[in-house]
Amino acid sequence: MIMQMATLDESGSLAVRQLSVYYGDKKAMGPVTMTIPGRQVTALIGPSGCGKSTFLRSLNRMNELIPECRVEGEVKLDNESIYGAGVDAVAVRRRIGMVFQKSNPFPKSIYDNVAYGLRLGGMKDRSELGGRVERAIKHAALWEEVKDRLHESALGLSGGQQQRLCIARALAVEPDVILMDEPASALDPIATAHIEELIHELAKDYTVVIVTHNMQQAARVSHNTAFFYMGDLIEFDTTQVIFTKPTQSRTEDYITGRFG
Amino acid sequence: MSRSSLRPSRWPHVGDVVLWLATGLATLLVLVILAVILIDVVKNGVPRLTLGFLTKSPSDGMTAGGIFPAIFGTVALVILMTIAALPAGVATAIYLHEYARPTAFATRIVRIAVNNLAGVPSIVFGLFGLGFFVQFVGGGMDKLFYGGDKVFGQPALIWAALTMAVLTLPVVIVATEEALSNVSPDVRLASAALGATKFQTIARVVLPQAVPGILTGAILAISRGAGEVAPILFTGAAYFLPTLPHTLHDQFMQLGYHVYVLATQSPDVDATRPLLYATVLVLLVLTFALNASAIVVRSRMRRHLSRSHG
Repeated sequence: MIMQMATLDESGSLAVRQLSVYYGDKKAMGPVTMTIPGRQVTALIGPSGCGKSTFLRSLNRMNELIPECRVEGEVKLDNESIYGAGVDAVAVRRRIGMVFQKSNPFPKSIYDNVAYGLRLGGMKDRSELGGRVERAIKHAALWEEVKDRLHESALGLSGGQQQRLCIARALAVEPDVILMDEPASALDPIATAHIEELIHELAKDYTVVIVTHNMQQAARVSHNTAFFYMGDLIEFDTTQVIFTKPTQSRTEDYITGRFG
Repeated sequence: MSRSSLRPSRWPHVGDVVLWLATGLATLLVLVILAVILIDVVKNGVPRLTLGFLTKSPSDGMTAGGIFPAIFGTVALVILMTIAALPAGVATAIYLHEYARPTAFATRIVRIAVNNLAGVPSIVFGLFGLGFFVQFVGGGMDKLFYGGDKVFGQPALIWAALTMAVLTLPVVIVATEEALSNVSPDVRLASAALGATKFQTIARVVLPQAVPGILTGAILAISRGAGEVAPILFTGAAYFLPTLPHTLHDQFMQLGYHVYVLATQSPDVDATRPLLYATVLVLLVLTFALNASAIVVRSRMRRHLSRSHG
């Protein structure tokens, strides 16, 4: 059902082909081939060390910031290769944003945090910046809480608010895809619920790929789920199938808590 | 098997007592030394410390008058030194910490060089300054631009400041590197994930957060520069000058050197002794004031960062 609803607009899909990641000589994951559909939430699950975070980071070339890391294979965003010759990693990251496990606002004001990416892109016009900042914060469901203190430090916000601010900051540059690496794992249940609700909302406009250790969270927020184990993609299907009738026994074992 | 008693043993915590005594005595010794120096200097220096002393030149063979030229020279030296050392040191640290591959041979060589630079005795810097800045650079400039006339090819304020800058460079580099590594990797990643180039991340996120640490380096460099004498002995400091330096290639008087001159070169030691005390007091106050002002700037920047709006 969800799948059909979301097929209206397929832009923002990620086609991953034979993608492998190495740290030095050691293979961390792959080869993985999968197509992450646009404008949906795709959850990556699996036990610690299974390669799902490595996989996530290779979707916007953040891996390149790690010395000794090497990527093979191909990832295409709407048929445009992000690892192609002459493709700039910086430009890739403007279209494929990222939210981290630990909220990491800059020690700047709330406003300046959200405006950061826009200013990097050369936007100077105050009213344009202000409009985009407001839109992004509203989109991240944070506006009501911060609208009267936009020029106060972001470090004064609560953990959950900081994480939503980081989401707003990623949204401000209007990427096609948002990657989230366990975005709620450091938050209390109420803040987590806020974030989950937000993730669901975001899928209307963005492709969301989320790494999570929390099975219920994957079931609640995602349309599709990919199960990783020992660096391999074991199974990828709609969340409904993965959680009710997975074809692989290892998937079932993990989902039902028999290991991991 | 054997149960330990709950009652104290005959020598309760004897190690603690010994350590407490030893560390306490050591601390006391340091405080006493500092107090003796300060009390002696203040008691003997204050009576001679008049407005005239601060604003006049020495006169009557150093037995009367003031020390204004030496104050002026010290401040000019420290400012010029900072202008030279801070950008070079910060740039070196940024290169070493952000761009250079830490395992590369060249990086290791530069690091070793910086560490060794910090260990070179300051008199050697003085000789280096004389050979390199005064004779080679200054002499070369004279040949090129002044037809062999001695303009830059002699001890001067600029060469003393540059020599002092070389001396304080390691301090700035080490402090800046420390400040850079204290910037959380999380915010670097956040910046990169928003499509920032490395340069943008350094300029907009890393450096602003490192500024208080860099200022710490500047403070240390300044207090060292204000107190050192050896590097300027051959490169620009003068025994006595009737006028203030008014170009970069003039010689200058400096407080530390003036103290040395008053203490050892005076024809009448008893007559100069009160002047000597007062000069030492001024040197101490000036160094403390430079430090204090930099500390104030740093703590204000820190507060600004923690609840910033800029």
